[in-house]
Amino acid sequence: MDRLALDVAHLFAGGLVLVSFMLLYQDRIFGLLNIFALHALVVSVSVAWQAYIQQAPHLYITATIALVVKAFVIPVALHRIIVRLGIHREIDPVVGIGQTMLAGIGLVALSIMVMLPIAAEAGTLVREDLAFALSVVLLGLLMMISRHNAVSQVIGFMSIENGLILAATGAKGMPLVVEISVAFSILVALIVIGVFLFRIRERFDTVDVSTLDQYRGGRP
Amino acid sequence: MALEVLLWCVAVLLGTGVAAVPAATHRLATSLVYGLAIGVSAIALATAGVVLLAGGPVASTLKLPIGLPWLGAHFRIDTLAAFFLVVVNLGSVTASLFGLGYGRHEETPARVLPFYPAFLAAMNLVVLADDAFTFLFTWELMSLSSWALVMAQHRRPGNAEAGYIYLLMASLGTLALLFAFGLLAGASGGYAFDAIRATAFSGHVSAIVLALALIGAGSKAGLVPLHVWLPLAHPAAPSHVSALMSGVMTKVAVYGFVRIVFDLLGPPSWWWGALVPLLGGVTAVMGVLYALMQHDLKRLLAYHTVENIGIIFIGLGLALAFEANQMPAAAALALTAALFHVFNHSVFKSLLFFGAGAVLTATGERDMERLGGLIHRMPLTAFVFLVGSAAISALPPFNGFVSEWLTFQAILLSPALPQWSLKFLVPAIGALLALSAALAAACFVKAFGVTFLGRPRTPAAQEAKETDRWSLAAMFVLAALCLLAGILPGHFIDALAPVAQALTGENVPRQEQLSWLMIVPIAESRSSYNGLLLFAFIALAAWSATGVIHRWASAATRRSPPWDCGYPDASPLTQYTAGSFTQPIRRVFGSVVFRAREELRMPPPGDTQAATLRVRMRDLPWDVLYAPIAGLVGFAADQLNKVQSLTVRAYLTLVFGALVILLMVLGIWQ
Repeated sequence: MDRLALDVAHLFAGGLVLVSFMLLYQDRIFGLLNIFALHALVVSVSVAWQAYIQQAPHLYITATIALVVKAFVIPVALHRIIVRLGIHREIDPVVGIGQTMLAGIGLVALSIMVMLPIAAEAGTLVREDLAFALSVVLLGLLMMISRHNAVSQVIGFMSIENGLILAATGAKGMPLVVEISVAFSILVALIVIGVFLFRIRERFDTVDVSTLDQYRGGRP
Repeated sequence: MALEVLLWCVAVLLGTGVAAVPAATHRLATSLVYGLAIGVSAIALATAGVVLLAGGPVASTLKLPIGLPWLGAHFRIDTLAAFFLVVVNLGSVTASLFGLGYGRHEETPARVLPFYPAFLAAMNLVVLADDAFTFLFTWELMSLSSWALVMAQHRRPGNAEAGYIYLLMASLGTLALLFAFGLLAGASGGYAFDAIRATAFSGHVSAIVLALALIGAGSKAGLVPLHVWLPLAHPAAPSHVSALMSGVMTKVAVYGFVRIVFDLLGPPSWWWGALVPLLGGVTAVMGVLYALMQHDLKRLLAYHTVENIGIIFIGLGLALAFEANQMPAAAALALTAALFHVFNHSVFKSLLFFGAGAVLTATGERDMERLGGLIHRMPLTAFVFLVGSAAISALPPFNGFVSEWLTFQAILLSPALPQWSLKFLVPAIGALLALSAALAAACFVKAFGVTFLGRPRTPAAQEAKETDRWSLAAMFVLAALCLLAGILPGHFIDALAPVAQALTGENVPRQEQLSWLMIVPIAESRSSYNGLLLFAFIALAAWSATGVIHRWASAATRRSPPWDCGYPDASPLTQYTAGSFTQPIRRVFGSVVFRAREELRMPPPGDTQAATLRVRMRDLPWDVLYAPIAGLVGFAADQLNKVQSLTVRAYLTLVFGALVILLMVLGIWQ
């Protein structure tokens, strides 16, 4: 049972890393939103599985929040915003998809290299979960910096948050209040970002953030 | 008991500083603050004097529950601290006495009165501190309060820049001391001096601590090339504060060096005894050469402080050399000479700064080239300034001679040192010391002659009035001390014996029972000095010479046209100037040390324009050391300026890059 529980937990965590990679190579906004919903779904399943094997019922609440808010509310909200704004539906990357994917593989290797020795004393569950979670965080950051589009930066930011949840639930005994406050801060972030998207769109007719730089007098 | 009294004195001073903040504009505030400072400093002076004269190795300690919660504030008084407290509080008493008169002319008392008592308190606290935290805290308090006093007249041209450079150098010094104490405390973090004293240090650690102490204490004291702030900041402050900064605060820095290197660090290596005197020798000669090129009276005095700090460090370095070679008697002699010079310099430098302050108040001028003839207008100030000049030029029978003579006695013991490099180096340093003493005499001939003799060069000098009684009283007290320490050096050397005993384990033979107030530092067959006899001889010779001249030469009044050199109505501007007086020295030394270049422009024949002589000098330490650093900082700032306005994505990339690099370091490290 233990062995199986571990393997399933790793399956979900690894699946999350895989979905992060899928996020990296999306070149359409709606595709990106769908993959993000999948990302949140995998997180929520993973958290639910953790709740089951750790016998920690409060993690079910976390899983539910992740499922409802991030797998449904946020993608739908972003979808509606994009439709209403009539945003250009394609994402132009800063660096090519290929290089981004290679960098992503490097980041995963790095986080495994860092995490495995550090968490050597911890249980196997925590150890590999932490490595996967760090990979997800780094991939999210990579996504934020390798895209011009504001929407993909928002998605990158949220996938970082998913990575953090993965790390937190892997470690036993994370208080529920922390998780709920994180979830709410993500919601607030969504609202703020949504407002900003509207404002940017109103002023520049695009959500390509490089337009902002030109406005600030920066180098294009 | 003594320690409690001293700490109460400090508390009263700090309280006075705080109380002076709202009360500074009151009519009586100046008198009250300085009066209180005189009283409190006198009590502290008496207490410290009693501790010093009682001697003995007993030190009393006290721990107050303030400061860092797990450390507290440790205070301790031993004979070394007591000696420096005497120096500090003697300076405080006389400076406050001078301030009683001088402070009435202060335009903005609210900028001086709150910081002045705090400055005095901080200097006392540095000497009393017995753990690294308290030491550094009070050291910074001393720096900041004196900085505030430097900035008192911040609208005068140059003062703001002086304050800025002072603040930079003070921060550098404190940073060095912070690292030094960090190394001394080690990984275990025993910041109390007792714990540090009990630790033995490896050769590398103590070498680094020595270097850091030289930077930290040396930048405050004015060791070349860390002296740059000193001639800028000291003259910028009000004159009694200049006297305190130059005469006393530099001594607190010397105390810091002695405390770290002699007391905390343990046995020295022989090469310390080469490095420290060499720095001292270079400092002495450079200081006096700078002073010679300087025609601003207060700045000249500040450069002389650099010179005298050099002399003190020669003595301290020799003590290290002898101590490293197990020659405690010689080490005690060198240390006694250095400490005696600490006392002497604090006395005559305060006196000279008071004199310069009196001249400044009377004429509003610091530039010697615009003074002259003041001996007729301010005879008493001129007299005490002459005494101070003779003392700083190391002329007998005054005190400056005795301590420099003692330093020479220590230098003459150097052939007994086993290391050949020291055998060669120390006499060379002796030559530097002799050179600086001679140049100092030349410099004060210039300072006194141009300022006080001749005829007034400007109306301001013509209209000068003698300064007030309080200021004169302060100057006469110090002049009397100069003479007293010069003719009774034996008593002062005996008073220093417990300090030398505590630091080197040996002391100079007792001088008290020697007949005729003679001093014999080593053995009578080697050398001896009798200040009283010399004084009597000088007084007698001078008296009989004046008698003879007045009796035979100038008895009859004659009136005759002077030899007028073709100019019947000579203007005061045709007098010998400070610049012309130092021209030979500038040509000999300045062409190398300062890259001095003279440029003479003669008008073409038939043109009635005046000819001009322009002298260009460069400050080598500034050009070689400070200007490149300043340029580098400016360059780095320009480069970093580009980071100011990046895009959001670029900032994120920077964060991401930093994160990845840190993770990679972590990954490789394991």
